[in-house]
Amino acid sequence: MIRHSKSTRSTKLPRVAAAFALTVAGLALASCDDTGGDPGKQIGANPVLPALQQYLVPPIRIARPVPWGNDTPKVPQGLQVHALATGFVHPRSLYVLPNGDVLVVESNGPKAPVFRPKDIITGWVQWFAGAKAKDENRITLLRDANGDGTPEVRTVFLDHLKSPFGVALVGHDLYVANTDAIVRYPYEDGETSITAPGVKLTDLPGGPIDHHWTKALVASPDGSKLYVGVGSNSNITENGIGAERERAAIWEVDIKTGAHRIYASGVRNPTGLQFEPETKKLWAIANERDEIGPDLVPDYLTSVQDGGFYGWPYSYYGQHLDPRVEPQRPDLVAKAIVPDYALSSHVAPLGLAMYSGTGLPETYRGGAFVGEHGSWDRTPLNGYKVVFVPFSDGKPSGKAQDVVTGFLDADGSTTHGRPVGLAIDHSGALLIADDVGNTVWRVSSAASAPKPAS
Amino acid sequence: MNHIAAAETSFRLEAGSKPMGIARVRTIHSMLVPFPVAYFAAAFVTDLAYWRTDEVMWERFSVWLIAGGLVMAALVAIAAVIDLAFGQQKPAWFRALTYLVAILLSLLNVFVHSRDGYTAVVPTGLTLSAIVVAILLLFATSATWSLTTRRGARR
Repeated sequence: MIRHSKSTRSTKLPRVAAAFALTVAGLALASCDDTGGDPGKQIGANPVLPALQQYLVPPIRIARPVPWGNDTPKVPQGLQVHALATGFVHPRSLYVLPNGDVLVVESNGPKAPVFRPKDIITGWVQWFAGAKAKDENRITLLRDANGDGTPEVRTVFLDHLKSPFGVALVGHDLYVANTDAIVRYPYEDGETSITAPGVKLTDLPGGPIDHHWTKALVASPDGSKLYVGVGSNSNITENGIGAERERAAIWEVDIKTGAHRIYASGVRNPTGLQFEPETKKLWAIANERDEIGPDLVPDYLTSVQDGGFYGWPYSYYGQHLDPRVEPQRPDLVAKAIVPDYALSSHVAPLGLAMYSGTGLPETYRGGAFVGEHGSWDRTPLNGYKVVFVPFSDGKPSGKAQDVVTGFLDADGSTTHGRPVGLAIDHSGALLIADDVGNTVWRVSSAASAPKPAS
Repeated sequence: MNHIAAAETSFRLEAGSKPMGIARVRTIHSMLVPFPVAYFAAAFVTDLAYWRTDEVMWERFSVWLIAGGLVMAALVAIAAVIDLAFGQQKPAWFRALTYLVAILLSLLNVFVHSRDGYTAVVPTGLTLSAIVVAILLLFATSATWSLTTRRGARR
């Protein structure tokens, strides 16, 4: 029937098909050729924001983890760095108790569900980047009573937690932010281990998806409130807006009753909550959205305004709309606040330490250290270092400077570690949790070394 | 519905004209050919549902259906190679290339559907799904769904 008429056309068709196949392949390749610009243009109050682009194949660029060996991170002149302790399992955050003991939170996220074929690929990528370490769900205590930079005591302080991240001590109450609840434990001065059962203060948005699982925690200066960073449940609402209830927000939790309200919203993944020492204002760092370009969207450091809305998911840096979100909310976009200080794109800030100590050289007095975990979807890689943002009058007052580098090797194909949580110890030294190198690093003034026992 | 009737008719014709070769006419790959057609057509329907509702469940259905269709298409390709090598078959160029174009567009489409949020479907993903369905309709209304014909048979 129809077959006879086709024989004449059949010779032409293979060529058409070949041309088509080449076009498809060309499109796929074109989307891979995409290199990020100078991150320096995106640091500070007025980052340069390029036009957004959408990918066929999102770029994936990860640095393969290799052990530190005898190597250490690099610090500028005037500073020195050494390992305070090693052999941790995915240390994510740090907290210094009043007596100088250091708490190391060893934690990892709950197992991510597979909703789409893409989630299987993402799982492989994270495993390859060393992010799929076992979840120890514990807090380890380090005590360096003589101040020589080597802890004499190392004990399991709290065990059997559930993906913990934030820790805050108010009086004799120790609050631990698990991924799904804030739990209060009694703490006595000098204790090296807590065995008493915890009491739940409030639930937090946890599973079953729990995309951004880290719950940062800080207590208000008067000790009456806790502030909790609750990250979004997706990159950009791909799990539905219903999954984002009370997420992408900073909660204010009343310490007496456990009641909470949304203090600020529209912050995709807020961590590193800290009160700026001079103005006593709340500050946070945030991880912004992915997959719209190597230079979008810059992660940021910002003061957090009561009732403020910071854009996610509808817009970024004020009124820059994200076309991936539908239905849009023009009413919210209209009031979206521009964050104070861009840190450049995909650096993944996960640790913040406001510095008011005197242990480090003059240049670091008054300002914020930011731990940049590092990118996995940008060429060239960005982050993988700790930077210092100088402050004056309670506001950032200059360009961020690299302080601790050397995590990545020179060609960027391998990394020894990735900095996460930061803390300042009692001598004023900077502590860095490294969740790939499984180490806590201590950065101190070179002049003070070797510090004699006092 | 029309195309099913057409396919059956043609099979009867072929079977009637070559009574001895009936086992040979039924190639391995022709049993698998309908799967991607069904999956991609269903993905177009779930894309429409997502477009109308903004409900992510439909978008997830779409991307799994397209991915499943591509897996079945890979099996079709393997079976077709076996048929060509051992089944005394030669390519039926028009049908095979129509089918191939639909598969390649769906390959593009699975990447578009793997984006996050609304633009995984609207407008590019939905458009690609519609084009694939249109091409497959062209394919489905041809005399048979086999991508090969018997070697030596007059066309």
